[in-house]
Amino acid sequence: MSTGKPGGRVSGLVFSPWNLLLIIPLWVVITPLYNFEEPRLFGMPFFYWFQFAGIAVGVLCTTAVYLMTKDKPTSRTGQPESDVDELDEGSAR
Amino acid sequence: MSTIQWPELIIFVLLFAVVTVLGFVASRWKAGDTLDHLDEWGLGGRKFGSWITWFLIGGDLYTAYTFVAVPALLFGAGAVGFYALPYTIVAYPIVFLPLLRLWSVSRSHGYVTPADFVKGRYGSSILATLIAITGIVATMPYIALQLVGLESVLRTLGFNASGFLGHLPLLIAFVILAVYTYQSGLRAPALIAFVKDILIYIVILVAVLYLPSKLGGWASIFSAADAKFDATPSASDGIFLNVNNQLQYATLAFGSALALFLYPHSVTGVLASRGRTVIKRNMSALPAYSLLLGLLALLGFVAIAAGTKPITNEATGRPDGNTIIPQLFAEQFPSWFTGIAFAAIGIGALVPAAIMSIAAANLWTRNIYKEFIKKDASPKQEAKQAKLASLIVKFGAVAFILFIDPQFSIDLQLIGGVIILQTLPAVALSLYTRWFHIWGLVAGWVVGMGWGMILLYNIPNPASGKAHFGGSALALDKIDLFGWQPFIGSTVQIYVGVVALAANLVVAVLVTVVARRMKVNNGTDQTSGPDYHVDEHDKNLRAVGVH
Repeated sequence: MSTGKPGGRVSGLVFSPWNLLLIIPLWVVITPLYNFEEPRLFGMPFFYWFQFAGIAVGVLCTTAVYLMTKDKPTSRTGQPESDVDELDEGSAR
Repeated sequence: MSTIQWPELIIFVLLFAVVTVLGFVASRWKAGDTLDHLDEWGLGGRKFGSWITWFLIGGDLYTAYTFVAVPALLFGAGAVGFYALPYTIVAYPIVFLPLLRLWSVSRSHGYVTPADFVKGRYGSSILATLIAITGIVATMPYIALQLVGLESVLRTLGFNASGFLGHLPLLIAFVILAVYTYQSGLRAPALIAFVKDILIYIVILVAVLYLPSKLGGWASIFSAADAKFDATPSASDGIFLNVNNQLQYATLAFGSALALFLYPHSVTGVLASRGRTVIKRNMSALPAYSLLLGLLALLGFVAIAAGTKPITNEATGRPDGNTIIPQLFAEQFPSWFTGIAFAAIGIGALVPAAIMSIAAANLWTRNIYKEFIKKDASPKQEAKQAKLASLIVKFGAVAFILFIDPQFSIDLQLIGGVIILQTLPAVALSLYTRWFHIWGLVAGWVVGMGWGMILLYNIPNPASGKAHFGGSALALDKIDLFGWQPFIGSTVQIYVGVVALAANLVVAVLVTVVARRMKVNNGTDQTSGPDYHVDEHDKNLRAVGVH
C-alpha cells in the first residue's frame, strides 16, 4: 500500500471526547421536531423561537469544547520532554 | 430618474466617505515590513486577533446580500427562507475541528489558498488547479450579488434609471472600493468591517424592537404573514414547512453549512488569524451574527404586516424583491435613520466584495499564475499580480451586473453553492485522510459537478416563468440514475448540492479503490502529521512573509 507515509507513521490525530459535544447543535436540522405553531413565545410560533434557542445550544457546545480543550497540547512539540531544548532556545518562546 | 431622497443620500455619502478614508489608512494599520508579499497583502500579515477576526469573518459571511435577500425570501416564500438560521447554527460546530487543522497546516507551510493545501497534500497540479478554478468560479457571482444588494439600496435612494445611467452610482462606489483594496489588501475590509458591523447591529436592533411595537407585536405580524400566504395559490409557501419542503429545508441548511468554509473568501478570513485559539473563540462567538440574521429574516414578515411593496426595477420592468427591506426602512423610519440603515447595507456590500476579490486574486496568483505562467515569481511579483487580479475580478463582477439581469445572478449564486460543495472531498476530507486517490478526487469532482449542473438546469421556476436554473430544490421524483428512478412519484424536495456531493463521494471512493488496486502513483505528500497541530507560540514556526 502506498500511503505516502513511510513506516506507517501515525497521522497525529489528537482527539478529545469533549469534541463529541459538537454533534449536539446539529439537531436543529431535524425539522419534524419543531415545525409547529404552539407553544408561542412573545407571539412568535414555536418553529421560529425554537431555532433561535438553537443558537444558544450551538454557542454552549462550541464554548464548552473551546474551554475544555484549550489547555490540552495540540502537538508533540512544546511538551515536557522538550524541556532541554527550551532552555537552549528560551528566548524563542 | 425618480426623485432622489436627499437626506438619506447625504448621510449615505458621508458614511461612505468615512469608510473610504479608513480603507486607505488601513494599509499602515498593523503593517509588517512590506506589503509586497501575499502573506501581508492577501492575509493581513497572518496576525489578526480574536476581535478583528470576528469582525472580518462576520463581515465576510453575513453580507449585504444576506441582509437583503434572506428577508426578501421570507417575504416571498415564507418559512423556507428561514433555513438561513439553522444553516449558520450548524456551520460552526461542523467546521470547528477541520478549520483548526487547515489553519495549522497552512501556517506551517505558508499556504494562502485551499488549492495551495491540496497541491501540498497531493503534489498534483491537476487537482490543485481544479480546486482553484472552482473557487474563482464560485466566488465571482457572489461578488456580483454584493452589487445586487448595493444596487437595491441605491434604487431605493432614487437611482432607478434604466441603462448605463442606472448603474453609474454603483460603478463609482466600486471604483473607490477597487482602489483601496488594491492599496491596502485584506487590512482594508478588516478595518472597515468594524464600522459596517456596528452600523448593522444598531440598525437591526432598532428595527426589531421598534417595528413590531409599531405594527402591533409579533403575534399580529405572524398572522398577517399567514393570511398573505393563505391567499396565494402556491402550495409551497406558508409560515410553516409542509411535507414537501422539510427535507429541502434541512438539506439546504446542512449543505450550505458544509459549503460555507469551502468558499475561498471564508478560508482567507480564517488563515489571516493569529492562532488556533483565535479560531476556537470565533467559532463560539460568531453565532452572535446568527441571532442578528434570524431577527433580520423576520423583517420579511414585518414587511408583509406593514404592507410594503417592492420597487419596480426600471431596467427590467419587474418588481425587484430585493428592495423589500430598503423600502420597509424608507417607509417606517425617519429619513436620517434610513440613511444610516442604507449606509449599513451599502458598506455591508463592500466588505465581503473586497475579501472575495482578494481571495479570488490569491487563487489566481498562487495556483494559476505561479503554477503555469511564471513558476519562479518572487514574493513581490506575486503581490503585484494579486493586486492587479483583484481589480480584474471586481470589474468582472460589475460586468455581471451591467449585462445580466440581477435575477439571473441570484441563480448563479445558488449554482455557486453547488459548485463549491464539490471541493469538499479534496479539501475538507484530505485534512484528515490521504486515503483518497488523486484520480478518485478528480473523477468525483467531474461527476458531482456535471450531475449537479444537469439537475440544476432541469429545475424550472414557475414564479418567474423560467424553464431552467429556477432554484436549488429538486423533487425526488426527478432523480434518475441511468434510467433507474428510486423515488418515482415523490414530490418531496431535496437540495441539489447534497445530491451532487453524494455522487461525488461515491465516485471518488470507487475510483480510489480501483486506482489503489492498480497501484497508480498517488503523488507526494509534503505535509506530515505534526503540521496539522502547529500553533502560534510553537518553536521553529515558519516566519510570516518569507518563501
